[in-house]
Amino acid sequence: MSQTSPTPLPPNPDPVLNVEITQELIDQHGILPEEYKQILEILGREPNLTELGIFSVMWSEHCAYKNTRKLLRLFPTEKKDKEAIGQVLVKAGEENAGVIDVGDGWGVAFKSESHNHPSAIEPFEGAATGVGGIVRDIFTMGARPILLTNSLRFGSLKDPHVKRLFRGVVSGISHYGNCLGIPNMGGDVYFDDCYEGNPLVNALCAGILRHEDIQKGAATGVGNPVYYVGPGTGRDGLGGASFASRELTEESAEDRPAVQKGDPFMEKLLLEACLEMMAIPGLVVGIQDMGAAGLTCSTCETASRGDAGIEIDLDLVPQRETGMNSYEIMLSESQERMLVIVQKGREKELEEVFEKWDLYAAHIGEVKEGDRMVVRHKGVVVADLPAKSLTDEAPVYDQPASEPLHVVAARDWSPSQILDISANQVESSLKNLLSHPTIASKRWVWQQYDHMVMSGCKVEPGSDAGVVRLSIAGIDKYLAIANDCNNRFCHLDPYKGAQIAFVECMRNLACSGAKALAVTDNLNFGNPNKPEAYFMLKECVKGLADACTFFDVPVVGGNVSLYNEHGEGSIDPTPVVSMVGLIDHQDQVTRSQVQEAGLELLLLGGWSDELGGSYYLQTEYGKKEGSVPEINLENEMKLQELLISQIESGKIKAAHDLSEGGFMVCLAEMLFGDNKLGVSLSIPEAERLDATLFGESQGRVIVAVKPSDSQELIANAQSAGVQIDSLGTTDETGILKVNFGKEEVLCAKVDELHSVWENAIPQHMESSNC
Amino acid sequence: MRVSILQFPGSNCDWDSEHAVKDVLGIPAQRVWHKDQLPAETEAVIVPGGFSFGDYLRCGAIARFSPIMQGLKEFAAKGGQVLGICNGFQILCESGLLPGALIRNDCLDFRCLNQSLVIEESNERFNPGTLGESITLPIAHGEGNYRADETVLSVLEENDQILFRYDGNPNGSMNDIAGIRNSTGNVYGMMPHPERAVGSHHPCLDGLPVLKAFFEPLMQSLPCEVSVS
Repeated sequence: MSQTSPTPLPPNPDPVLNVEITQELIDQHGILPEEYKQILEILGREPNLTELGIFSVMWSEHCAYKNTRKLLRLFPTEKKDKEAIGQVLVKAGEENAGVIDVGDGWGVAFKSESHNHPSAIEPFEGAATGVGGIVRDIFTMGARPILLTNSLRFGSLKDPHVKRLFRGVVSGISHYGNCLGIPNMGGDVYFDDCYEGNPLVNALCAGILRHEDIQKGAATGVGNPVYYVGPGTGRDGLGGASFASRELTEESAEDRPAVQKGDPFMEKLLLEACLEMMAIPGLVVGIQDMGAAGLTCSTCETASRGDAGIEIDLDLVPQRETGMNSYEIMLSESQERMLVIVQKGREKELEEVFEKWDLYAAHIGEVKEGDRMVVRHKGVVVADLPAKSLTDEAPVYDQPASEPLHVVAARDWSPSQILDISANQVESSLKNLLSHPTIASKRWVWQQYDHMVMSGCKVEPGSDAGVVRLSIAGIDKYLAIANDCNNRFCHLDPYKGAQIAFVECMRNLACSGAKALAVTDNLNFGNPNKPEAYFMLKECVKGLADACTFFDVPVVGGNVSLYNEHGEGSIDPTPVVSMVGLIDHQDQVTRSQVQEAGLELLLLGGWSDELGGSYYLQTEYGKKEGSVPEINLENEMKLQELLISQIESGKIKAAHDLSEGGFMVCLAEMLFGDNKLGVSLSIPEAERLDATLFGESQGRVIVAVKPSDSQELIANAQSAGVQIDSLGTTDETGILKVNFGKEEVLCAKVDELHSVWENAIPQHMESSNC
Repeated sequence: MRVSILQFPGSNCDWDSEHAVKDVLGIPAQRVWHKDQLPAETEAVIVPGGFSFGDYLRCGAIARFSPIMQGLKEFAAKGGQVLGICNGFQILCESGLLPGALIRNDCLDFRCLNQSLVIEESNERFNPGTLGESITLPIAHGEGNYRADETVLSVLEENDQILFRYDGNPNGSMNDIAGIRNSTGNVYGMMPHPERAVGSHHPCLDGLPVLKAFFEPLMQSLPCEVSVS
């Protein structure tokens, strides 16, 4: 009788599990030696390749904020004034997006997110999926999305490659957002050499919901089924989150598989199906978007938030490619997918909704006791990890910071290095500014976006803030949205630059009649391992946090995008500030353009005597230097409070904030609403003509009022401590005439200036007939 | 009267249309899913804008196979009033309820703007007398370039089937066509969005007379107080 030999173990069905974890593999996953040590301690064993992949995406900067988490704690996350409108209902970082109260039992969920690296490689798909991702974050909260905006940054439009990126990004956004039927209210676009090779594509979405309908992204209730909904998983976007946490290099084009492909139609179905499902009382326990890090992130985050375990079986995951291994399924960033946990016993209700919308609803697992995330594939366990180790135990770094020399130099700059402008150069300088693509009309961009769908567009893109009526909620209130960040100021003085981004954004809202409620920020910076880049990040965050605290406008969400580098170094620090505000009555909605003759124009906030960092220095001298304009938060608050009170009392017919290009650009833009308008004015003589006309001193707004209201406005401004200067009255000459003291420095046709401003971007893009 | 507003997967102006008809015009309206039957009490149908089936293949090319289309064709054949707006217009052309086709804008880009339109003398409902010589309505489309062969075009012109033309053609449409009707005057299609121009928060109110002209034969029985909200 022969002795039976022990049955050999069946060959492991998942080849990934047989891969030996070498130092090279660890490096390829961007995991540092000390981080790998921590992983060994957490597991008490070596991870397999799938587990290594899971750690690498969950501990990437994109998901774990490991270089910024400490800094982000500086932001106020709720309002100090508990009586004010805009109380925070869901704080930053708690869920997929923050939610604030807008009264009458309604809340607004909003957040912005970057898709910079994917857009640099594949502009159309990168930008499109950026929109898709942020929209999912919003409807995951239970909110109906009601508006989109984008903050875009590109290199010089003279460069054919930049034109290609610009065109691709705008059409990607247009393609995706228009199909979803969510109005895109524009946003901001800047062009600067520092973004050459590393454009920024930040997308924002806001949605509206009843307080009681706020959804949680938590897996609770042991035994509750876990569903995968949406289209099948493919190999696209593998490891996108770790891709986004590296520098772009020449070889990045080889990362194309890390860029996802979007299907807005699928997203529209998912959006409608999810909202329909969430409207069924008590059905949904938790819901989470599969965005960055896909199935990995959604499973461990829901388990971690729910203080529970979760177990899923990858064989049950709908797949659109054959032969995918567990590593690929877990790390895929295929778009338009969601993880949903429902009440046990009510599975059929979910399945019926998704069947109606012809979408997969696959029951892939359930909520378990304990704290482990367990993943099975082909009958074996391919990952078994403590969920919280992925979400809460990622390493946190405090990087060394050192002040770059150019920041020191900027402080010592004096305008005396620049010869003052002469009167006969004013018109050409103004035209140079108006035709700079950053300042020029962005109609070419926003005309490609459907900004009128959902019947809510009150102020179309192009004004200081986009305004939508909350029609879909059946209430007659208006939500205003503005984005801002002048990278030039942030480059020269990161602390002040970030504060200026904040106050300009808030001022834009005030000009539209809106009171600011809350902020979402998009921190776009260079490689944090470079001390100079980290210094910029740190100072910007401090500046922004101090401004938020001062104005009691909390940060309810945001995004960090680091490693934005190009051949010659980091991009300029770009902490994009996006703010939502509320306008109670239609009559208070104010635009930036003057629509009639016979209105008096007045300057609030005084004349500029600063030139540092201005666009004038760029367009006339090609310089990005100088001391950034002074910023006084107290004065800014006085100005904005005055402006809103005067709008509420019905006096202000138009208001426009002074920003890039200073006084002259602001004044000209106000007249572009109707080319027949003109104005003739005298400016009191000052030390420098260039600083007076084109300097970018802060805290200033031009308003238009009926002459009969101007005395009262002047009196109110004086008692509020805001400098006010009457400029002149709009007429029907179509001529903009400016005297500096006794000397005439400008006499230009408004329609000529308008055409320079309106046609600059189309000319660059060689758009012919439309 | 009951207005049925068809909802295809990818429709995205269904809510706007319902809002305009129900809340502004005060006419009972309901959305009807494309897999369902057209309700028996339907007196008029709006095929709304959007991207039905993602507008993959060709705009409207897949929607025309939806189950509800059979009922819609029968409804139209019996003289039922049908209005297709934007993607709805494309669906009506694809399904043969209206002649011609809509292809990509000649500029190749999506265009969203307030478009000035010249009103044609089409029939007793759609004419400069009821709508004004010229109106402004929002347009928002990437494929609004109306095409038809010479014969179809000349029939449209001779029978006064053109409702309005673009003043400043935004998309390359033949004969500047922005909207048409069928020969029997019960099926209407237009690229501009009247439902986006009905409230005081809209850029203009010119959508109201257009919608009223469409619903006119059915409205006499209604004490229709138009409230502008």
